Amino acid sequence: MNKHFGRWFPVFVLPTLVAFCIAFLVPFGMGVWLSFHRFTTIQNTHFVGWENYVRAFTEDDGFLGALTFSALFTLVCLVVVNVLSFVLALALTRPGRGTTLLRGVFFMPNLIGGIVLGYVFSLLVNGLLGFFGVDITFSATYGFWGLVSLNVWQLTGYMMIIYIAGLQNVPGELLEAAAMDGAGGWTTLWRVKIPLVMPAITICTFLTLTNSFKLFDQNLALTAGAPERQTQMLALDIYNTFYGRIGWQGVGQAKAVLFFLLVAALAGVQLFLTRRQEVDA
Amino acid sequence: MKQRNFLRLLALALVAALMLPTLAACGEEEEMVVRYLNFKPEIADKYEKLAKLYEEKTGIKVVVETAANNTYEQTLAAKMATKEAPTLFQINGPRGYAAWKDYCADLSGTELYRHLNDPDMAVKDGARVVGIPYVVEGYGIIYNTALTDKYFALPDRQKEINAMDEVQSFSALKTVVEDMQKHKKALGIDGVFASTSLKAGEDWRWQTHLLNIPLSYEFTESKVNLSDQNALRTIDFTHADRYRNIFDLYLNNGVTDRKLAGSKTVVDSMAEFALERCVMVQNGNWAWSQIKDVSGNKVKADNLRFLPIYTGIPGEEKQGLAIGTENYYAINSQATEEQQKAAADFAYWMYSDPQAKRLVVEELGLIAPFDTFTSQETPNDPLARQVAAWMKKEGVTTIPWHFTLFPSMRFKEDFGASLLKYAQGGKTWDAVVKDMKAGWERESAQSR
Repeated sequence: MNKHFGRWFPVFVLPTLVAFCIAFLVPFGMGVWLSFHRFTTIQNTHFVGWENYVRAFTEDDGFLGALTFSALFTLVCLVVVNVLSFVLALALTRPGRGTTLLRGVFFMPNLIGGIVLGYVFSLLVNGLLGFFGVDITFSATYGFWGLVSLNVWQLTGYMMIIYIAGLQNVPGELLEAAAMDGAGGWTTLWRVKIPLVMPAITICTFLTLTNSFKLFDQNLALTAGAPERQTQMLALDIYNTFYGRIGWQGVGQAKAVLFFLLVAALAGVQLFLTRRQEVDA
Repeated sequence: MKQRNFLRLLALALVAALMLPTLAACGEEEEMVVRYLNFKPEIADKYEKLAKLYEEKTGIKVVVETAANNTYEQTLAAKMATKEAPTLFQINGPRGYAAWKDYCADLSGTELYRHLNDPDMAVKDGARVVGIPYVVEGYGIIYNTALTDKYFALPDRQKEINAMDEVQSFSALKTVVEDMQKHKKALGIDGVFASTSLKAGEDWRWQTHLLNIPLSYEFTESKVNLSDQNALRTIDFTHADRYRNIFDLYLNNGVTDRKLAGSKTVVDSMAEFALERCVMVQNGNWAWSQIKDVSGNKVKADNLRFLPIYTGIPGEEKQGLAIGTENYYAINSQATEEQQKAAADFAYWMYSDPQAKRLVVEELGLIAPFDTFTSQETPNDPLARQVAAWMKKEGVTTIPWHFTLFPSMRFKEDFGASLLKYAQGGKTWDAVVKDMKAGWERESAQSR
């Protein structure tokens, strides 16, 4: 078995590996390399050392604001999305009519592209705020909650499916045993179900965390930073730095590298923390 | 053992990935082609037509590539880094040149430059000519005579100004507009001006075009040397109050409440105009296609007129439309001599060959600024004809497009966001002006 594996390994893995290198590793390496240069095109570069990183924090006025906004947004989304999707999953794993249909309905928002959704939400939110004679560009608070509701609406269905899969894997005999030992619904939930769906929680928190942090399309289509860049998230800030200012491409690149490190570190810490809670049935 | 195998494989894959572009390039033979990166997606197919015609006539292949809407800089940056870099491309003016300095060849010896109507329009760097404009466009306040005629026929209107021809200053414009707004029921409109679209990305009519008017006066008055990047590091915005004049007029007499301007787009504004929900809209000759394509369009081509954007600056009675361009041809200096020449030949051919010229005028709809075009050879759309007429009007001074000197996209976006806050009532005008000046300075200092 192992011998076969060794011999056939290149045949099956090499194509994917090459593709992975072309589409990910090489551009990533070039990106890190470029972050130390001043450039317009990637052929014409001047080495500047750490200058781009320094400028990202000293000369730039949007980076820290975007970082704070993104962090706050992610935190709120992390809690709301996961609580809501878990509750939905619990409700839709109980026997009842129409659960399959409802699962489909809740999953659907996830199939719509971010830009489209952003525009749809801007119509909805502005329509609602219109009753009060304002629109979403009036205050960063409106933009924040608009974005949160959009993101929650889009991600909840997806996370719900993962939680449903997790809940269905909880062995029936364990639940029966718990019931016979006199555990009520609440105790069963906390002592049996949640510990056993911990792997699903790991995945879902990871996905929510990274998706919320990397949000771009929705941000662009819904607020585009209005008012005055106060609702600009990290990805949008990086995009605007790279394309909106002459001579700032390197700084945009440096920010992108920092962005990667941040997301990777956060996701790593989160994985470590939730993994520790996982148990076997 | 397995670990080492995997690492070896990874190394192999990496090498393969890096080699791929080189390998692909090996098979190719050096062939004389002109590669043009087109700026306007809406006329891409017409450029293809020109390219085909050129190939039939000369045997030289022209590859036209097009950047999607609003992505020209990105696409250019990406394409320039490939083996198939464009040999003919576009810069948007002096600031665009600053970004593409290393790629712009000297065009002073080209035929196209020799035939340029006004050599001052070209982008220059000392004695070098680096960008040749190939189209002129104009903007102002477009109005619909069907509605203005209806207004002037009203019995109870103001009697100070009695025809649109008499509107030759801001105060006259204000008188007419404010009175018209009072009669909006009788005229069957929702407001005099189309919505002031201040949604992010939709605010260029205000943060770029409108701002150009007072700044253009400022540049002329201060006699600043515009080709000196250092001289433009700061700005006084001396006519800020005049900007406010016209901006307030737009906001207070528009279809949309000024507080809700932040959710309006340019398309919304043009649709309002096309459906005769308003009388006036600030835009340029390119807007005709937008007006006529609105379903249910009520505006007739013959009823369109332009009015200069009056702001209350002394001497504005002689002001014309803002006419200029942000479309300049540049030739890639990193291409071979032959390729550069081929690109220059193709560019000149488009604006000199009779057949090509017809395509340029009729299909591309360009007002070409070359002496190879006679005055009959202007496009057949109503707004372009109006612009051409304004250009020839006696005793009128055209406002140049100085917004190509604005420091960066970022500056414009920030000013637009500021304007929105002002419109909503969340920011004082003084703060808008202060931020605008600070933004100009900051962005100028950082464009290195």
